Amino acid sequence: MERYFQEEIECAPREKILALQNEKLLAQVRNVWENVPYYRAKMQEKNLTPEDIKSVEDLHKLPFLTKADLKAAYPYGLMARPLKDCVRIHSTSGTTGKRVVAFYTQHDIDIWEDCCARAIVAAGGTNEDVCQVSYGYGLFTGGAGLDGGSHKVGCLTIPASSGNTERQIMFIMDLSATILCCTPSYAAYLGESMKEMGLTPEQIPLKAGIFGAEAWSEEMRRDIEKVLGIKAYDIYGLTEISGPGVAFECSEQRGMHINEDHFLAEIIDPETCEVLPESTQGELVFTSLDKEAFPLLRYRTRDITTLTREKCSCGRTHVKMTKPKGRSDDMLKIRGVNVFPSQIETVLLNKGYAANYQIIVDRVNNTDTFDINVEMTPDMFTDNVGEIQNRKKILEDGLRSMLGIKAKVNLVNPKTITRSEGKAVRVIDKRKI
Amino acid sequence: MSVNQVSVFLENKPGTLNKMTEVLAKGGINIRALSLADTNDFGIVRMIVNDVYEATSVLKEENFVASFTPVLIYAISDETGGLNNLLKFFTEADVNIEYMYAFAGKKNAYMIFRVTDTKKAEALLSGRGIKSLTQEQIAEV
Repeated sequence: MERYFQEEIECAPREKILALQNEKLLAQVRNVWENVPYYRAKMQEKNLTPEDIKSVEDLHKLPFLTKADLKAAYPYGLMARPLKDCVRIHSTSGTTGKRVVAFYTQHDIDIWEDCCARAIVAAGGTNEDVCQVSYGYGLFTGGAGLDGGSHKVGCLTIPASSGNTERQIMFIMDLSATILCCTPSYAAYLGESMKEMGLTPEQIPLKAGIFGAEAWSEEMRRDIEKVLGIKAYDIYGLTEISGPGVAFECSEQRGMHINEDHFLAEIIDPETCEVLPESTQGELVFTSLDKEAFPLLRYRTRDITTLTREKCSCGRTHVKMTKPKGRSDDMLKIRGVNVFPSQIETVLLNKGYAANYQIIVDRVNNTDTFDINVEMTPDMFTDNVGEIQNRKKILEDGLRSMLGIKAKVNLVNPKTITRSEGKAVRVIDKRKI
Repeated sequence: MSVNQVSVFLENKPGTLNKMTEVLAKGGINIRALSLADTNDFGIVRMIVNDVYEATSVLKEENFVASFTPVLIYAISDETGGLNNLLKFFTEADVNIEYMYAFAGKKNAYMIFRVTDTKKAEALLSGRGIKSLTQEQIAEV
C-alpha cells in the first residue's frame, strides 16, 4: 500500500493545488518586491508591479533569475529577510567558479525537510526504518536535507556522511540499515565493494535507496538494485531552490513528483526563453512559492527535462519531471539528438574508467560523426586484444543506452587529452554548419 | 619458471610505436623479442626486455599504460621440425596457447608462449621433461 508523509497536499486535487499556488505566488511576488531591491529593479525594467501578477497565468511576465544574477547579487543581494531571521546557509561546491550561497530561516528548513520526508516515505520509509545518510554533511545540502527528512519520518538516522567505505558497510550490516541515501555512483561503488566481500543481496539488510545529486541511467539503476537487493529511487534538488527533495520518485519509478505546493515549475526554450507546453522537453525554471530567506522567482536551473501531468498510479497529483538529461549550457545536438557531456561522464565512471574524455563531433557526407576519446587506465588494460575489445564494447553499449545514439569510442594513452588551464577541453565540434 | 613479458597499450596513430621505442632507448632498455597485436582501433605491444621493472617504470613516466604478463619461453633447435617437436608436448598436455612469438638466439631459436593457465602448463610440460627458461637464462642467450 502506498504511504504518504503529507497525504492531504501530496494527493490534493489539481484545483486545490492551483488555488494554493495562486495565493502563495501573489504573496511571494509582493514579498520580493518589497524586500529584494535587486529583483524589484528587474521588475521595474519590464514595467511590472506586483499588481500585474494576478495568478500563476501571469508568471511568464516576471523576469528570470540566472546564475549570473546570483553572482552579481552575492552574497546578500537576493535575501528577503534580515540576517537575524536566518538560521543556516548552504553552499554549492563552486567547481565551475560560481559558488552559490543560499540562506534559510527555520521555516525554510522545515519545508525543505518536509519535502525530503515525503521522498523517504515514498520510498517506503516509516519510523521502523534505519536510514543511513551517506551524502556529505556540511555546506553541501545532501546530508542535511535527507538527515532532516529522516528525522521527520522518525527513522533511526545514521549520519554516516560520505567516504570511508569500510565503515559505511559496517554500519549497514551491524545496525541493519534499511534505507541508504547517497549519490548513485557511491551506491554502485558500495554495492561492488560489498559483493567483493562476498555479501549477497539477500544478506544485505537494505530495502530502498534514495539516490541523487548527479546524472544516472536506467541501466545503472538496475545494476544498483541488483547488487544491493533494493529498490532505487531518484531524488532531485538544487541549493538555489532548497536542496534535495524539490522532486522525488514514487513507487512507479517513472519520473519525479515536484513538490509544487512549494516550488512552481515551468519549462522554457533555453534559447528563446518562451514557456513551452507540458510534455515538451526544455529548461526547467523554478519559483519558490513560500521560502522566506532566499526566495528566487523564475530561477533558470539549466537542467533539461520534461514535465508531465499524466495520472500516476501512486495517487500523488503533483506534476512529474523526467530525470534531467544534462545542462542546457553544454548541450550538443548530434544527429538530431541532444547529448550532454554529463551523461557520458556518468557512464564512464559507472564502467570503471576515469571521467576524462573528449567528445569529437564532425560532419562527413552530411552525417554527424560522434567520437569519444577515452583514456586507457592500468585497471582496464590487459595483454589480451579480445578482452579489451570486449570492455570497449560494454562501454559503447552503455553509452548508447544512456545517450540514445551510437558513439565510437577511441582508447587513447593516459594524460593525452588536451587540457587548458588545468581543466580538460571536453568538446571539440568541427562541424561547419 | 615463467618470464615477465612487458605488455604496452598503443593508441592507433602514426608515431606511437616510435615514441615507445624512443622512451625505451633513452631508458637503456634492450628489446630481445617483440610482437604487435593490432586491431582497427588500437594495438598491444608484447616484449621480452632485459629489465622489465626499469622498462615499465620509464614507460609509465611517459604516460604509457604497461603491465607484466607471465609467459613461458622454450628453446628449440634451429632445424626442420624443431617447433613441431615442442608443440607435440603442448597437445599431449592439453595446453591452450593464446598467442606466441619467437626470437633467434646465438645457438637456438626461442618460442614465447602466452597460455591460459601459466603455472599449470609449466608443471605439465616440466613433467614431460620440457624446461622453460628463466629470466636469467634469457639474458645469456
